[in-house]
Amino acid sequence: MFSRILTLIIKELQTLLRDRQSRTILIVPVFLQLALFPFAATLEVKNNTLAVYNEDNGRESTELMQRFSQAQAFTELLTLHSEAEVRRAIDNQQALIVLRFPPDFSRDIVAGRTPKIQAILDGRRSNSGQIAFSYVQQIINAYTVERLGSLQKTAPSTLVVRYWFNPNLDYTWHILPSLIAIITTISALIITALSVAREREQGTFDQLLVSPLTPGMIMVGKTIPAMLVAMVQGTIILLGAVFVYRIPFEGSLLLLYGSMIFYILALAGFGLLISSICATQQQAFLAAFSFVMPAILLSGYASPIDNMPVWLQYLDWVNPLRHFVVIVKGIFLKDSGLVALLPNLLPLLVIAIATLGAADWMFRRHLG
Amino acid sequence: MNAPVSIRRLRALCRKETWQILRDPSSNLIAFVLPVVMLFIFGYGINLDSTAVNLGLVLEDKSPEARHFADSLYGSPYLNVVTSQTRAEMEQALTAGRVRGFVVVPLDFAEKLKRPSDTAPLLVVADGSEPNTASFVQNYVSGAWSGWLQQRASERGETPPPGISLEPRFWFNPGAESRNYLIPGSITIIMTVIGALLTSLVVAREWERGTMEALLASPVTRTELLLSKLLPYYALGIVSLFLCVGVAVFIMQVPFRGSLLALWGIGSIFLASSLGLGLLLSTVLRNQFDAAQAALNAAFLPAMMLSGFLFEIRSMPVFIQCITYLIPARYFVTAMQTLFQAGNVSPILLDSGMFLVAAGSFFIGLTALKTRRRLE
Repeated sequence: MFSRILTLIIKELQTLLRDRQSRTILIVPVFLQLALFPFAATLEVKNNTLAVYNEDNGRESTELMQRFSQAQAFTELLTLHSEAEVRRAIDNQQALIVLRFPPDFSRDIVAGRTPKIQAILDGRRSNSGQIAFSYVQQIINAYTVERLGSLQKTAPSTLVVRYWFNPNLDYTWHILPSLIAIITTISALIITALSVAREREQGTFDQLLVSPLTPGMIMVGKTIPAMLVAMVQGTIILLGAVFVYRIPFEGSLLLLYGSMIFYILALAGFGLLISSICATQQQAFLAAFSFVMPAILLSGYASPIDNMPVWLQYLDWVNPLRHFVVIVKGIFLKDSGLVALLPNLLPLLVIAIATLGAADWMFRRHLG
Repeated sequence: MNAPVSIRRLRALCRKETWQILRDPSSNLIAFVLPVVMLFIFGYGINLDSTAVNLGLVLEDKSPEARHFADSLYGSPYLNVVTSQTRAEMEQALTAGRVRGFVVVPLDFAEKLKRPSDTAPLLVVADGSEPNTASFVQNYVSGAWSGWLQQRASERGETPPPGISLEPRFWFNPGAESRNYLIPGSITIIMTVIGALLTSLVVAREWERGTMEALLASPVTRTELLLSKLLPYYALGIVSLFLCVGVAVFIMQVPFRGSLLALWGIGSIFLASSLGLGLLLSTVLRNQFDAAQAALNAAFLPAMMLSGFLFEIRSMPVFIQCITYLIPARYFVTAMQTLFQAGNVSPILLDSGMFLVAAGSFFIGLTALKTRRRLE
């Protein structure tokens, strides 16, 4: 029995890796994504443009402007001279944020009043706008504290902020572990979803069915090659994360690969289920896609799961990627142990059993 | 030599292609059901505005001063405060992700607060594995904290020190709701995918089934062949685009301030480029399995990561910024966000339109070049 399955696995791997084109398509995107996405996926605000419409021109406003131009978030400082220019700068996205100093700004400060700066932000990019706004706020706060330094006694209280698991809030620390999960998803799912459909289209599936292989054995034969490919791809990202991006891997490798097997089983279950329903590769691809896209978007990678409405959080429970992203990040950054990960591992197990069982039933029904 | 395009032949080819689309329910599924389902998932699933962050609170000091500070946290609409007796318990909750941060009021807080020469520190720990949420935790806590300081000062009869007040005003989107710009961006991602999906398999399928040879043996010209693959899918795509915009405006209540004509124009150019990309992959790879994978990698992921739909392009390193210029979705994201929120801002729409024309001509031109009239 094992030799039969082994033959099937070898045949499956040969189909996957048969020519250069197929091999290229499995490997090149992994490297491209490893090279590009960690840099791209950031919600930080850097190198942006701050515009200032200064109706005041006193010493204090000039000093503040100098401080803005030294901030990392804003590499460019645009000076505007009229209301119309303010409108144009925002409309055409020349600046993310425009600060407007009122005419008597400096006089008010000197007189000990509290002048008001208006910050106009581009609502088309409101998240970046909010972040940029908090930078501006920090700069202004620092400035007022320094100005008042001589007048005031020490501040009664301070906030000491620490970021655990990622002390500098570096986005690559969040992206790369998630990327391990995402890359394994795409190939494992496509391979399992399309391989049966391909055999159906080419007519070789009937031959498989009349062979001494049982549907269960065929499923194993389809799952293991997908698992191998996905694990190789995941390993490439892992190595890149640790050795190129220098993200400290805190947890246990055994636990990572162990849970990866569970995860790929859950995915293979979805893939084979799609396979068992679809007649053509096109249909299978569509179904696979309709699964992968929401799975990635709702995995907590693009935006936190906490922000979703509650009903969607429950619905998202069937999304294996959502659990696996938590697992990979937990092992990678937090050194989570088996017990801590159980709330995420168990759902994977349940999903795997349910989908593999359903796929097995569908294949048997076809036979009968 | 016959003319590059004969209307009669083109019509026949388009009819054949249309029949194939109609016969296969999956194409209708891609064009009409999938986009709407995706839009709902995007619209509700992707949200950068934290509704209320779970925040832990450890009151080691139980003095009235400490409780007064705690009240300011409870009062914040952005925080969902959970208390605990010990730091260890909170550390566990943070590791498990049950809270996104916690605040510790140390034992000697009130005492230090009383001494004018001393400052009383408060410890804030946030979960850095979720960087965006972590910075929101910091912002919300420091907002509550400075509110408490001000209130405390005024209760003690101290005049608050003069400062500078900064007043934010979000144009086009006064509530700074992220969905107002994420949903137009989502439509772009969805249309990129739909376009590439619709066409990535069509030519590969003809090669695999051997019907391409039959087509090539007929007097069909290259232009006719390409047009017959593009036009029916364009029709599907544009209907699907308007369907998405309709759902966004009428069901999801995202304001649309541009003109429908501008939407149609720029949408058409964009569809040409995304259909062209699918067609190119299909023509070059000639294998449905490979074309499917390539379409996923070449259309969906770059559109999501490099289009500026979610991640700010200006914050990326320069060489990545250069690459984003090659991604058609980038221009359509800008155009859609502008059309939805700002209205017809012509410089932006013209710019985007020009780049999209270039991208579309590039993909379709390359496809034409790769479509060999002869069999090897």
